[in-house]
Amino acid sequence: MKFSGLKVIGQALTGHKGWKPLWRDPAPKSHYDIVIIGGGGHGLATAFYLAKVFGKANVAVLEKGWLGSGNIGRNTTIIRSNYLLPGNQPFYEFSMKLWEELEQETNFNSMVSQRGILNLFHSDAQRDAYRRRGNAMLLSGADAQMLDRDALREMVPFLNYDNARFPIKGALMQARAGTARHDGVAWGYARGADSRGVDLIQNCEVTGMKIEAGKILGVETTRGFIGAGKVGVAVAGNSSRVMSMADKRLPIESHVLQAFVSEGLKPTIPGVITFGAGHFYVSQSDKGGLVFGGDIDGYNSYAQRGNLPVVEDVLEGGMALMPMIGRARLLRSWGGIMDMSMDGSPIIDRTDVGGLYFNGGWCYGGFKATPASGYAFAHLLATDTPHDTATAFRMDRFERGYVIDEKGVGAQPNLH
Amino acid sequence: MLIPHPILGPRDAQEFTYLGDAALMLRPDPTQDNAEAAFSEYIYFRDNPVGIHQELWFHEQGDRSWLVVTRNTTTHEILSAELASDVKRKQEGDQ
Repeated sequence: MKFSGLKVIGQALTGHKGWKPLWRDPAPKSHYDIVIIGGGGHGLATAFYLAKVFGKANVAVLEKGWLGSGNIGRNTTIIRSNYLLPGNQPFYEFSMKLWEELEQETNFNSMVSQRGILNLFHSDAQRDAYRRRGNAMLLSGADAQMLDRDALREMVPFLNYDNARFPIKGALMQARAGTARHDGVAWGYARGADSRGVDLIQNCEVTGMKIEAGKILGVETTRGFIGAGKVGVAVAGNSSRVMSMADKRLPIESHVLQAFVSEGLKPTIPGVITFGAGHFYVSQSDKGGLVFGGDIDGYNSYAQRGNLPVVEDVLEGGMALMPMIGRARLLRSWGGIMDMSMDGSPIIDRTDVGGLYFNGGWCYGGFKATPASGYAFAHLLATDTPHDTATAFRMDRFERGYVIDEKGVGAQPNLH
Repeated sequence: MLIPHPILGPRDAQEFTYLGDAALMLRPDPTQDNAEAAFSEYIYFRDNPVGIHQELWFHEQGDRSWLVVTRNTTTHEILSAELASDVKRKQEGDQ
């Protein structure tokens, strides 16, 4: 079934009785060429690109809950490519380009909206740092623009420009950044993978890995043993938990990050605004809710919910940046579990177990990376070589001294 | 979260800063043959368990003591807290 405007009008006129489920619900086969653990954004994107770009259809995605039930359904939907370091920025710009063509590729409305992102600065030093970052973005082929205070005020007049501690002096803008409908991304990839023959197997938790003579032969699951030529793990949040089945320790701690949404309001915030100095960022969903968040709670957690001190910290940041937010009522808050890596950057790599591949360590930046992560992981699984933009994301970069530390804070995951 | 400080009684976790797994107290011996590999493992790799976790908290806005807190990472329940200096003394006693 192909979606089109004509199809929607036709269905509207006939009572919407002709829509079919977007994917099958197959029973697991006894063996697949490639098994992907994790039916979230990254796992589904991997399966989609494996089938579409690399011609691999004998593939299964195993998901312990329902598709998209993890972080792809819990994030704040921001897409951007405004990184600094050469190991990161080309990868995220590749992702941005995939976002721009995503809806045509998957024939699914993922509501990709390039409404722009503003990173605010408050001092000469921060202006210099953002100018450098903007130049790095331009070098990678991304767009970047410095806005002074007057240009910024014209665009977002409602900010508190004269905050005593952090007066706003301007912003680094990426106009091509924006938001996407997070669930729609998962569903688009799932449907695209399924229609190309990938088996999406839900309620199928991996409980063990069968490894013999240094090679993986398959996985034990709650729905029986499933043999596999290759196994790709894409379970960020639970990476340490799953990789411990292969007796692997990772350079990762799991932390909880909270997010918040207000009641629905009329259009008020044009794009994404980040107030790094105040640990606060905000955008407005198409439904009208202000979607915002701040820092991780800062201690190891698998709880998918945070504590009140960070709620207070985030809301204080919001009040400092745009006092009008105090008139909005908070509707919901929730938490998601982040793979916080030791340098703040992800890992897409082989392991020393033959046929076992790992994708994780996305910190709180996994959503924007979904398309490129899937593409690069599919590239690695299909060809055994890393994608050109993902060569730096190696597991052994820590011991070799090639960390990709955007913030330069060292091996302290709760500071990244 | 309230941390039961062994000297000061229950204290708000906001008074503390978090370092990480208490295994960081077991620093490798820099003179041993595989010291380089041992230090890379020590600095970068973690058990990151689901459930009971022993971890280091620093009472920065209090008496500036280091504590080893035993906490459940799935429920945030804090089970106990000891002075890190006491834990260290016990570890050295074991050797």
